[in-house]
Amino acid sequence: MRKFLASAKFLAGTAASAVLFSSAAARADQPRAWEMTFQAPATDMMRQIERFGNYTMWFIVPITILVLVLLLVCIMRFRASVNPVPSRTSHNTLIEVIWTVGPVIVLLLIAIPSFQLLTAQYTPPEEAKLTVKATGNQWNWDYEYQVDKTFTFNSAVLQDADRAKAGKEDRNLYPRLLAVDNELVVPVNTLTRVLITATDVIHSFAVPSFGIKMDAVPGRTNETWFKAEKEGLYYGQCSQLCGKDHAFMPIAVRVVSDEQFKTWLATAKTDVPAANKALMAEIDGTNKVAAAGN
Amino acid sequence: MAEAAAHDHGDHRPHGWVRWVYSTNHKDIGTLYLIFAIFAGIVGGALSVAIRMELQEPGIQIFSGLAQMVYGMQGDAAIDGGKSMYNAFGAAHGLIMIFFMVMPALIGGFANWMVPIMIGAPDMAFPRMNNISFWLLPPAFILLLSSMFVPSAPGAFGVGGGWTIYPPLSTSGQPGPAMDLAILSIHIAGASSILGAINFITTIFNMRAPGMTLHKMPLFAWAVLITAFLLLLSLPVLAGAITMLLTDRNFGTAFFVPDQGGDPLLFQHLFWFFGHPEVYILILPGFGIISHIVSTFSKKPVFGYLGMAYAMVAIGAVGFIVWAHHMYTTGLSLDTQRYFVFATMVIAVPTGVKIFSWIATMWGGSISFKPPMLWALGFIFLFTIGGVTGVQLANAGLDRSLHDTYFVIAHFHYVLSLGAVFAIFAGWYYWFPKMTGYMYSPVIANTHFWVTFVGVNLIFFPQHFLGLAGMPRRTVDYPDAFAGWNMVSSYGSYIAAVGVAIFLYGVFEAFQKKRVAGANPWGEGATTLEWQLPSPPPFHQWEQLPKIK
Repeated sequence: MRKFLASAKFLAGTAASAVLFSSAAARADQPRAWEMTFQAPATDMMRQIERFGNYTMWFIVPITILVLVLLLVCIMRFRASVNPVPSRTSHNTLIEVIWTVGPVIVLLLIAIPSFQLLTAQYTPPEEAKLTVKATGNQWNWDYEYQVDKTFTFNSAVLQDADRAKAGKEDRNLYPRLLAVDNELVVPVNTLTRVLITATDVIHSFAVPSFGIKMDAVPGRTNETWFKAEKEGLYYGQCSQLCGKDHAFMPIAVRVVSDEQFKTWLATAKTDVPAANKALMAEIDGTNKVAAAGN
Repeated sequence: MAEAAAHDHGDHRPHGWVRWVYSTNHKDIGTLYLIFAIFAGIVGGALSVAIRMELQEPGIQIFSGLAQMVYGMQGDAAIDGGKSMYNAFGAAHGLIMIFFMVMPALIGGFANWMVPIMIGAPDMAFPRMNNISFWLLPPAFILLLSSMFVPSAPGAFGVGGGWTIYPPLSTSGQPGPAMDLAILSIHIAGASSILGAINFITTIFNMRAPGMTLHKMPLFAWAVLITAFLLLLSLPVLAGAITMLLTDRNFGTAFFVPDQGGDPLLFQHLFWFFGHPEVYILILPGFGIISHIVSTFSKKPVFGYLGMAYAMVAIGAVGFIVWAHHMYTTGLSLDTQRYFVFATMVIAVPTGVKIFSWIATMWGGSISFKPPMLWALGFIFLFTIGGVTGVQLANAGLDRSLHDTYFVIAHFHYVLSLGAVFAIFAGWYYWFPKMTGYMYSPVIANTHFWVTFVGVNLIFFPQHFLGLAGMPRRTVDYPDAFAGWNMVSSYGSYIAAVGVAIFLYGVFEAFQKKRVAGANPWGEGATTLEWQLPSPPPFHQWEQLPKIK
């Protein structure tokens, strides 16, 4: 008995700590050690998802605690040593109606903002200014910029051996299994449409801090969009099992200023590595703190 | 006639291996199922411990060595082979736990044993079919295990597509024979379950004792009846889907091949049309078991019996129209997603009815905390946690961030590993004295509970955090930031493995000590018919039909 109670208390503690999911701890654009919450939102959409997630916690944590408390009350008040003669009650219409209607109301309260969030995800606030097509391959991504002169480059996981050559030795900024050779470069505060497909098996294009995840299905073009609010490097990973190197096809998005993007785009149309090099040099030179300390 | 009535059936009891291999006795077949489930559970559990060992820290440590040992690969080939082997372990863990552990334990084992007894029937309606239902399983299991040792993709062995075997990864992505073996295995296991389902439906509808109307039938029999219908209606869809997979792989059809007019998503729709009812197939018999145990140890009748029965009917029915909530990120239209969000949330209502009715059954009771009750209490609380995260996941907008992350792994292990498996152990400790005639050591049973309780919570609670932070599922390696919670989770799995060892020792100890349990070790609260028979029950029971008030 005592052991049961002790462990119940532990669980109540964990449940309570779940309430703190919303606490604005140090926020990041990539996963952090011992993280217990979403990564820091980098788009308004992700902020809405986070807000809705926290909102649901206000229902599910109290419900879980209610069940726990009721169980504990039963254990304390109705154990054989305390209550040797059981009641024979097996019906109570009122309480049965309450615990049917109660959850219905809770679900309605969850459903209304849920449908708003879902609708918002499929209703971009404005026309897309940039369209990029992401094509999943085993086990890397092709990014096609659908601008006046369409161009494509490949983005694969950064090998440790290539770190020095690529100037990506900072493992905080370019973490293992998240950093890539050529990032997807997009301008800040610009609604970017991503067309998503795959060539071989199903992959999934996901960037947690943007609040997007869309499967890349061969023979089908899916669409999603994001509008990054802050310059920096944002990471995601392929999110559909795609074979041997599923763990090794990250998605890295570098959000830059409008001018930086224009400069990068001009060079990238003909020479992506050179454009990336120039971009990194500029960011490192002028904007190091903002990029690294994000 | 008089001679026949005086006939002692005990004399006709087959002996030796004939008794088991040729068995048409529901209790013997039930025992076979339980032994099979324990064995498969150990295999499936060992696979998951290997997975957790690999994930204990970043990098690839275990599986390259395993690939070296098992497949004789060297150097880089061993690393690549190890990555594929990890995927094969994941797929095998899922398939084994679902088809060869939980279903055989709950449906083949407990339902076979207890449903005929509970409804006052002498045996199942089709005893020979019952035999083939069981004996299809070992070959299916052998096919699945052998698939782990034959090639799939180049340089890889075993089915590496997860238990969901989505094409094209399961077709062009893995041309080797491993996938074919797995498909055949699922076919055979599915046929076994369909036969079992037909048997249960016929038995329950036709062989209830006089006076036992459906509305007087014990809730476990209700649960099994509903489960049998889910099996009967959903498994043929799976069979169709994997047959198409098989012909796409071997006979040039193109059901799921996009450049020849097929659609990979068609498979996902078919798979989840089976797959979602399947998860209720795994949990509904557990619901029934928990109802009996809560009632028995509270010494009270089940609160809201009809509500409990029809809540299960509702869960089963609605379970057929929510399948695409597994597919929110595949590119479903907005309206499709809206519908599936709505339908999925509806399921929370009957599930809530069940949770609250269990608590109301305890309310006012005189509760004794015997091992089965401990497991049942654990079930109710942990299933609630898994249930409420399910409500979160039902919301497509939120699922955008959680889909295919460890949050989902945590959710479905809370409802299955901590739900269905807790129900299995609850049922085991509840009926073990009935089935064997021996009483286990309550100390060992309680230790088993607490070690398992701590272990599984350590495994799965931190996985919520990993999922929120964005860790995708089914990866052999992960960014270093995820190391902390993964380490905790892995330690939890070692503790849970100790729990399994304690369980096995408890079984051994009970058979060694041979403490006689008696017909009804649980007292006045145990009112269902199985407790009116001696322990273990006679080879054929209810030669005189019981009278139902």
